[in-house]
Amino acid sequence: MLRQIEGSRAVAETVALCRPEVVCAYPISPQTHIIEAIGVMVKSGTLVPCEFINVESEFAAMSVSIGASAAGARAYTATASQGLLFMIEAVYNAAGLGLPIVMTLANRAIGAPINIWNDHSDSMAARDSGWIQLFAETNQEAADLHVQAFRLAEELSVPVMVCMDGFILTHAVEGVDVLDQATVDRFLPPYEPRQVLDPDDPVSIGAMVGPEAFEEVRYLAHLRQLDALERIPVIAAEFEELTGRDSGGLVRPYRCEDAETIVVALGSVLGTIKDAVDLRREAGDRIGVVGITSFRPFPSAAVRAALGGARQVVVVEKAFSIGFGGVLATDVAMALQGADCALRSVVAGLGGRAITRRSLEDLFARAVRGELDELTFLDLDHEAVDRERTRMMMTRRSGPTAENLLRDLGSKPFVAAKGTS
Amino acid sequence: MTRQPVRFYQVGSFAVGNRLLDDDDRTVQSNSNRNNSIDSGHRACQGCGEALGARYALDAAMRATKGRLVAVNATGCLEVFSTPYPETSWRIAWLHSLFGNAPAVATGVAAAMRVKGKTDVRVVAQAGDGGTVDIGFGCLSGMFERNDDVLFICYDNEGYMNTGVQRSAATPPGARTATTDAVGPEPGNVFGQGKDLPRIAMAHDIAYVATATVADLHDLERKVERAMEIRGARYLHVLVPCPLGWGSASDETIHVARLAKETGLFPVFEAENGKVTSVSPIRRRTPVEEYLKIQRRYAHLFGKAPRTDIIERIQGIADANIARYELWSDEVEADRLFEVQA
Repeated sequence: MLRQIEGSRAVAETVALCRPEVVCAYPISPQTHIIEAIGVMVKSGTLVPCEFINVESEFAAMSVSIGASAAGARAYTATASQGLLFMIEAVYNAAGLGLPIVMTLANRAIGAPINIWNDHSDSMAARDSGWIQLFAETNQEAADLHVQAFRLAEELSVPVMVCMDGFILTHAVEGVDVLDQATVDRFLPPYEPRQVLDPDDPVSIGAMVGPEAFEEVRYLAHLRQLDALERIPVIAAEFEELTGRDSGGLVRPYRCEDAETIVVALGSVLGTIKDAVDLRREAGDRIGVVGITSFRPFPSAAVRAALGGARQVVVVEKAFSIGFGGVLATDVAMALQGADCALRSVVAGLGGRAITRRSLEDLFARAVRGELDELTFLDLDHEAVDRERTRMMMTRRSGPTAENLLRDLGSKPFVAAKGTS
Repeated sequence: MTRQPVRFYQVGSFAVGNRLLDDDDRTVQSNSNRNNSIDSGHRACQGCGEALGARYALDAAMRATKGRLVAVNATGCLEVFSTPYPETSWRIAWLHSLFGNAPAVATGVAAAMRVKGKTDVRVVAQAGDGGTVDIGFGCLSGMFERNDDVLFICYDNEGYMNTGVQRSAATPPGARTATTDAVGPEPGNVFGQGKDLPRIAMAHDIAYVATATVADLHDLERKVERAMEIRGARYLHVLVPCPLGWGSASDETIHVARLAKETGLFPVFEAENGKVTSVSPIRRRTPVEEYLKIQRRYAHLFGKAPRTDIIERIQGIADANIARYELWSDEVEADRLFEVQA
């Protein structure tokens, strides 16, 4: 049954249906509504048995999850941005130990300058941690992905992050069908750990490993992620069979049949991209979209197949590697090795800047005309950048860049979408 | 009923001979059926105080919990010398995650046991002083504040010994480490305020806080057993001399630990709910020089131009401890502690 609820509420209710046994909470926007709602469910007795633990930091949140998971409990937490960075040592540790923790990442920019709004810098910072990262396009998919995430994590003993765009999804109220307990129970069996702290059968977990075996341990983790490439579509198919909903999977092609130009992206921006592509199709452009649901493991073969005969691929992403360019674009380039296909990298929507349909339409039109540079920053205010560069050249003590820009822009009206870049 | 004070000190020490005690009062180590939680073959240095302290503490905890125990370990000497792949010395369920998160990991284990209904399984977390007073401090305070059901044991060797003897917040003033070298006008570690974790733990009003040394292993065991009788957050701080980092002879570990207590530099006490309930009085009051001069980390205080000024300041710390915990008074008849009813 569709209900008009906030994305965070849909996720919280769905996570509760997954019967988590230990949930850690540390507040950081924009994920707080999720753990607040789960906290109410535990405290009021509607989610039992479950230990809800308010911790003193994200580092502790992931560490408590590690202890709980190693002791055989189904563990869940949520974070974002600085929180993910603060716990990053434990994030790597959870993956290295092979503990199937599930975490919601409400994607948010990373400071400085401090910024609470959405982009994908946090996900990219944890890209190589060994966690599976699944990106939700809608709140319905965000909710559904959590059920699949617990199943996938526990089958493979690999932790899974469900990435949903902060505010754009977490705080959006829209129609979501939250599953019922019986359906989730049919899909998600109780957690049977591969390794567990048990006084009756004591094992050492977390031993020191030197050069004689470290590479093999890492390679085995890689193989489990390759296994995930096989399991993710199967689990999505089973989920669809049970619920009738097409959620998850590796990649999602849209209007790619005869496309010469294909846009690739992660997360909620895919909705706007599809609208813009529809309009360009009406204008006669042969353009399509491939959304990537599984960012890690990266489905190179599926991406290559989906991009098929495209002559040009435009990767639109909400993050970049400073000093280089697009991160997702690099992965797509690897997947396209040897293909006769131009790659264009577009960085957009950093720190919550709106990615409008109008900007995308213009971008795609220029792409189809072959006018895009290798690296484009969508809607970047080049004039403001140039003014700051001038200030820096004129005086040694030019002051803090972010504050200079704010002062500069404060004296001029900001136009969100100029339609040029 | 007459009371007959019986003394059964062993020669040259104040340790009580096992053979003169009832079986129940003997150390766990005297029992051939002990658990051997840390089995032989590990790679600790000769004379390692931490290996000794951990062995006694964990076997005592295993006896107290009838084997229903999980141990969480911070990164550090204890973790490294006990588990080089593919070997492990641990004969208990054991988890090592990171350097700074052992208290939080232990909270997670305890939560899992509670949610699974396995409330008989108890959790001990352990770390060196770096993992306790420095990098693990935030997580430790959080675990205390929530009163999670975890006994946290700090094996304090007063520095980062695993990485090559660097200063921690538990390194005492004047001591030479690789990052507080014995050079310049103020050689060795600074005279700061120090970070007195047992008192910080007491300030959290947790149910049980105690200190111990490896010089009195009966006392250590008794405190572990007392701690396991209590639910909630508990803290045990054990002084474990490090021959490598302290520059003491490897056969002097017990002696050095005893002098730390007898000088007053390391007060041995118990506290419940934030209040000190017992102290181990100094038996033979000893000037700090006797403790300092047998450790090369203090060698710069002696020699041709002895730094009596620094030694005096260290003596001042000992005197302050003695006053704070009332470790010594002329009226104390130390012998009475060892009285038994005849």
